[in-house]
Amino acid sequence: MSHKVIVPIGPYHPLQEEPEFFQLYVEGEKVVDIDIIIGYNHRGIEKICESKHYDQIAFVVERICGICSSSHPYAYVLAVEDILGGEGAVVPERALYIRTIIDELQRIHSHLLWLGLAGHFIGYNTVWMWAWKYREPILDMFEMITGNRNNYAMFKVGGVRRDIKEEDLPLLNKTLDELLPALEMFRGAVMDDPVIQARLKGAGILTKEQAIEWCVIGPTARASGVNIDVRRDEPYGALLLGTIDWNVVLQKEGDVYAKTLVRIFEMQDSVNIIRQCLKKLPNGPIDADVKDIPPGEGIGRVEAPRGECIHYIKSDGTNRPVRHKIRAPSFMNVASNKVAAVGGTIADATITLAAVDPCYCCTERVAVINRSTDKKIMNGWDLIKLSQEKTNKIKEMLL
Amino acid sequence: MKIKESIREKLAGKIISWQERSSRRIYFSVRKEDLYETARFLFKDLGLRFSTASGSQTPSGFEILYHFSFDQTGEIYSLRVEINDKEHPEIDAITPIFQGAEWIEREMWEMLGINFKGHPNLKRLLLADDWPQDNYPLRQNK
Repeated sequence: MSHKVIVPIGPYHPLQEEPEFFQLYVEGEKVVDIDIIIGYNHRGIEKICESKHYDQIAFVVERICGICSSSHPYAYVLAVEDILGGEGAVVPERALYIRTIIDELQRIHSHLLWLGLAGHFIGYNTVWMWAWKYREPILDMFEMITGNRNNYAMFKVGGVRRDIKEEDLPLLNKTLDELLPALEMFRGAVMDDPVIQARLKGAGILTKEQAIEWCVIGPTARASGVNIDVRRDEPYGALLLGTIDWNVVLQKEGDVYAKTLVRIFEMQDSVNIIRQCLKKLPNGPIDADVKDIPPGEGIGRVEAPRGECIHYIKSDGTNRPVRHKIRAPSFMNVASNKVAAVGGTIADATITLAAVDPCYCCTERVAVINRSTDKKIMNGWDLIKLSQEKTNKIKEMLL
Repeated sequence: MKIKESIREKLAGKIISWQERSSRRIYFSVRKEDLYETARFLFKDLGLRFSTASGSQTPSGFEILYHFSFDQTGEIYSLRVEINDKEHPEIDAITPIFQGAEWIEREMWEMLGINFKGHPNLKRLLLADDWPQDNYPLRQNK
C-alpha cells in the first residue's frame, strides 16, 4: 500500500538566498505532485518604480536580484531606449562594448555560483569550494571596472556610468586567461566523471514539448533543445555590431546533466566574448546624455544568466513611467518544476529543483512530514544527505 | 516577414489596430472576445513563445498587453486587449491553451483585480493570504 507523505521545502532560512516554498507530495521514494508557493519576497518594485524618475529606476531595479544584478537595469535601459529609437541609435559604441563585458562577466559569476551549489547538493563539496574560489577573481574584475563587487550601478539610459581604464586592461585579460583552464577543468570533471554522469543523467527531465508548453527560457530551455537566446535573437550591446564570434549552446536531453553542460559551455563562451570585447574596445564617449523621455511604449529584454529578462515601460512624457512591468526569468522557469520534479525520486528532488537555478535556491530548508500525523521525519540537512548518499552509492557501485 | 503576414491575413477580421513601432516591435489590438482564439492561433499555430503580459490601468478601464516573442527574428508581437470596465474587469483566461500563462494571470488577478474566466487555478501567487479582499495594489484609484 502506498503511503503518501508531504515534503514541505521552505520558506525561510537565515543563510540561504531567498524564500520560496515547495511542497512535495511523496509516495515511497517517488514524487507524485508538487505545490510551489512564492511571494515571500515580493517588494512591490513595479509600484515603487512608478514614483521614481528614469535615472533612479536603474538603481531600484538593480536591487531586484543580487546575483544577476546587471540584467534588470540593462533590460530597463533597453526598454527606455526602445522608446527613444533603439539601443543602437542612442548609445555610443564604447558603451555598448562595456555593457556586454558587464553582462557576460555576470553570467560567468552566476553560473559558477550555481555550479558550486549543484556540486554541494550531490555531495561534491570539492566542486563547491573550487567553483566559488574561481568566482572570486570575477568579482575582483567587477570591482576593478565598476567599483562594486555586486550591484554595479553601471547602467543608465544612453550609456554607462563608468569607463574601463586603459591601465586595467592587462590585469583583466590576465584574470580571464587564468579562468579558462579552470573552466576546462570543470568541463572535464563533469564530462569524464562516471559518477556525475550516473547521478545527473535522467534526473529531472523536462522534455522539449514541456519546455515550450511552460514557456521556459534560458539554460533551462536550451538544455531541452529549445533554440532560444536573446543575445542572438535580438542582439544588444556589442553583439549588436556583429563583430563578436560566439555560439548558442544547445543540448537535447533536458535533464540536470544537460543543464550543467549548457552552463559550463556558456561560461567558456562568455570568456571568449569578453576577451574579444576587451580587444576591440573602441575609443569615444560612454554616455549619450539623454535628457527627456518622450511619450510611448518600450520593451527591453536581455539574456540574463537564467534566461530572458523582460521590462515594459509606458511613458507619458513626464520624468517617470506610468507603468513599469518586470518579468524575471525565474518566474517562468520555477513553475516548470511542476513537471520536471514530478515522477522522479525524492533523492533527485533537491538537485532538480536547483537545476533551473531559481533565484531562490531554497532546497536546503526541507522537512519531510507525514501527512496523517504531521510528524517531522526529516529536516533539510537529511534531504541533502539523502541526495549525497545516493551519489556515494553510485560511487561504490562504479569504483 | 512571413509570420507578420500570416497574422494579418488570418486575423484580418479581428485586428482593430496595427502598429509597427520598429522592425522588432509590433503592437496590435483585438477585441477582448477574440482574445482566446487569437492567443491560441499565435501560440499553437504559429509557434510564438509567450513572454509575459503587462496589465495596466487606462482612463476607460484596463488594458492587457500579451507579449509574444518570435525568436527566429527577435520580433515581439504585443497583443493589446482593452477591458472597458473600471470596477469588475473580466476577460477569458489563456492558461487553458498553455501552462506558461498561469502565474502571470494569477499575478494580474491579485494585483489589478482582473478576473480571468476559465482559469484553472486562480488563487494568490505573490500577495499574502491575509491581504484584504478587494484591495488591489496596482490600481490607481481608491
